[in-house]
Amino acid sequence: MSLVSFTLNGKPVSVEADPLLRLLDLLREDLGLTGVKEGCGEGECGACSVLKDGKIVNSCLIPVATVAGCEIVTPEGLRDTDRGKCIVEAFAESGAVQCGFCTPGMMMATESLLRKNPDPSEAEVREGLSGNLCRCTGYDMIVRGVLLAANKGRGLW
Amino acid sequence: MNANISKAVTRVDAEAKSTGAAKYVSDLQFPGLLYARVLRSDRARATILEVHVPPLPEGYFFINKNDIPSGGTNEVLMIKKDWPVFADGRVRYIGEAIGLVVGPDRQRVLEILKGIEVVYEDLDPVFTLEEALALKGGPLYGDDNLYADYHLVKGDPDAAFDAADQIIEDEISTGYQEHIYMEPQGVIGTLEEGKITFYASSQCPFYIRKAVAHCLGLSPDEVRVKQAVTGGAFGGKEHFPDVMATPVAVAVHKIGKPVQLVLDRIEDISFTPKRHPSTTRFRTALDKDGKIIGMDIDVQINAGAYESCSLVVLQRAIFSSNSVYDIPNVKIRGRAIATNNVPSDAYRGFGAPQGLFAVEMHMSHLARQLGVDELAFKERYFTEKGGVTVTNGKIKEDVKLPEMLQKIKEASDYDRKAAEYSRGALRGIGISIFNHGSGFTGNGEQAIIKGLVTMRGRRDGKADLLVSNVEMGQGLQTTFRKIAAQVLGLPVEDVGYDNPDTDRVPDSGPTCASRSIAVVGFLVQECAKKLKAAWKPGEMVEVSHRYAPPPGLEWNQDDLQGDAYPSFGWGINVVEVEVDPVTYEVSTKGIWSVFDVGTAIDERVVEGQAHGGIIQGLGYASLEKLEAVNGRFRQHTMADYVIPTSMDFPSIHNQLVDNPYPYGPFGAKGAGELVFDGAAPAYADAVQWAIDKPVDRIPVTPEYLMEVIEG
Repeated sequence: MSLVSFTLNGKPVSVEADPLLRLLDLLREDLGLTGVKEGCGEGECGACSVLKDGKIVNSCLIPVATVAGCEIVTPEGLRDTDRGKCIVEAFAESGAVQCGFCTPGMMMATESLLRKNPDPSEAEVREGLSGNLCRCTGYDMIVRGVLLAANKGRGLW
Repeated sequence: MNANISKAVTRVDAEAKSTGAAKYVSDLQFPGLLYARVLRSDRARATILEVHVPPLPEGYFFINKNDIPSGGTNEVLMIKKDWPVFADGRVRYIGEAIGLVVGPDRQRVLEILKGIEVVYEDLDPVFTLEEALALKGGPLYGDDNLYADYHLVKGDPDAAFDAADQIIEDEISTGYQEHIYMEPQGVIGTLEEGKITFYASSQCPFYIRKAVAHCLGLSPDEVRVKQAVTGGAFGGKEHFPDVMATPVAVAVHKIGKPVQLVLDRIEDISFTPKRHPSTTRFRTALDKDGKIIGMDIDVQINAGAYESCSLVVLQRAIFSSNSVYDIPNVKIRGRAIATNNVPSDAYRGFGAPQGLFAVEMHMSHLARQLGVDELAFKERYFTEKGGVTVTNGKIKEDVKLPEMLQKIKEASDYDRKAAEYSRGALRGIGISIFNHGSGFTGNGEQAIIKGLVTMRGRRDGKADLLVSNVEMGQGLQTTFRKIAAQVLGLPVEDVGYDNPDTDRVPDSGPTCASRSIAVVGFLVQECAKKLKAAWKPGEMVEVSHRYAPPPGLEWNQDDLQGDAYPSFGWGINVVEVEVDPVTYEVSTKGIWSVFDVGTAIDERVVEGQAHGGIIQGLGYASLEKLEAVNGRFRQHTMADYVIPTSMDFPSIHNQLVDNPYPYGPFGAKGAGELVFDGAAPAYADAVQWAIDKPVDRIPVTPEYLMEVIEG
């Protein structure tokens, strides 16, 4: 066990943890942040996406030791921001949510994409979401949701 | 369109799901929660001689068949009860549950599991349909390895074959498909006020209740099942949660603490049921003008090690084997065959995708061999109102295929492309035409389900809807509320509909078979009408409504004759592809669809189903290769079993036609499976066009295309 300190959703945290523990398990089990989902445990589906220093990562692949000193944002952190609210609304208006298990990860992917490119084309959105799998929607309405968020949230990113 | 009901509203569950506030099974926390892992067979067919369990640390348990309480049974009660809760002396597939290791620390549970040694005596396993029919190693099931062997006859096929000018033979096959619901299978069993209680990711809470009660020797009302938010299902959470919950129930009964069983993705892909692989053989009799006068169809599905609901899947497969075509003389044999593979079971479409793919490809192969235009050839046999089905029932509704065909031709610019794209020039346009019966096959709704819906009008002027059908992504939380709200004249948000809890809601049946809107939605509408008539301001009143079959339906379950379905959804898909001449990779250039689902309860919900169903169907057609080799799936992660990403297919152009069904809510029929059914045949048909060679199987992989093209 070792002490790991990092910033989580804007607040400093220090936790005693096995340095090899997956960040996913720390977030879900020790910190109760169950908006981070485990879909595959092998970095393929993106349901466990979080932002690490602004970049999207799969929290199932990241040992806790590697987040020391980093800034981590989960869906619980994003949802209370203006950008997060904008994405939630745009997803709802576009029909982007079905079973919802991929959706928090899709929110994170959207935030990550719009930070880099606030005015993406459809092709750029499809590329930006390609690390996040969805089995319900066929992606069209999620793509529309991202484009709507970019449009409605002009100036936020 | 009924503009009011069809107009899209914001889904009621969108915000909670997006923000991560919605609680799925693995998000639920219980004090003292124990974690379970399954000890699984690594043999396909064997006798278990011994199970050596090392001494267990305190607080850890090994649970097996000996822990089933007296009065209980070691059977998972589904349609049949051949699947044991825990293997008893023998195993029939790789992955079959022998026991559970249960304890407070997951890592420790895993270590204990690895330390258990099972001693087997191997038997001679059967994996292929041919091996199973040859009874290799002795019969696995009955004396013929056939869970079901059905025969249907329409007209006089023998006379048609005697009179035939030519007979064309064909063989079409389809592969396994894995559901890949994004949330893996999961249940939590616990005791609440002394009552055994489950939280489950599930389509059918009352199925779990029935199975757990049967296993523990309790009456169903001594078991409670609460549906947790369910992260996709697609048929995979219809019966398999019974297989998950029963061993957990035995553990909870013994230990008295909450026990969670959540599969990891590798277990879920490796050991949970799949879509049945199928082989369909056609012999088609044609007269001297090239007109079809008879068909002889042999359907075989690989059902795996336990029967589960394979017999009903087979029924739908054979009932779909003439699709939208009214062929005068038909003989069909269908067999569901026992093998030592992981059991096959329900998956969106439930046998229909196999039957529909086979007949669509066969019809196009016939046209090709006859040298006539494929679409015009198919159109000659379109059924219509009054048309006779393969079970000698009648089509009772207006069939709008001509109008739908016109619409999709315009949208996709089909006629121009069909004239311009020469066959074999690596660009192709394919079309599929299909239908899907809404609701349970035959008289299942009346004889087995007898669905009941309850509504409560509250003193505050709001209403509650009490049903057992679940939201699993398909939008039911929104569409059911809309139906009730529209009848009652209330805003959608004034109708309550919590996730089902078997102690609180009546049994309105399972969430499957495209029955939720078409059948239960109609009960919701009728129940809401009763409530409206009985409810006075400021009072509380409760009313119920039970299923009664629509008038004019006739069905004989013994010989499978009559109206197999009360109504049908109808669809046409067009897919355009390009084939790379070097790599044989196929890229999809356009996707168009038209559906008749009666009246859409919410156009955006239906469109979302259409998009998702089509992309899942295109995955089935192309990327999703799942091979069983000696009873073990070669692909077992999401890296090697590949489902479509946002980059794999272009956006879909979808249209609906209005065709209200009098016994559906506001005229609605089923949609959830129909939208899956047509993508694979349209895709394979487009590839045939591009390479100018017949395609006879899915998935259409580059390896398969290389074989076809290079011979």
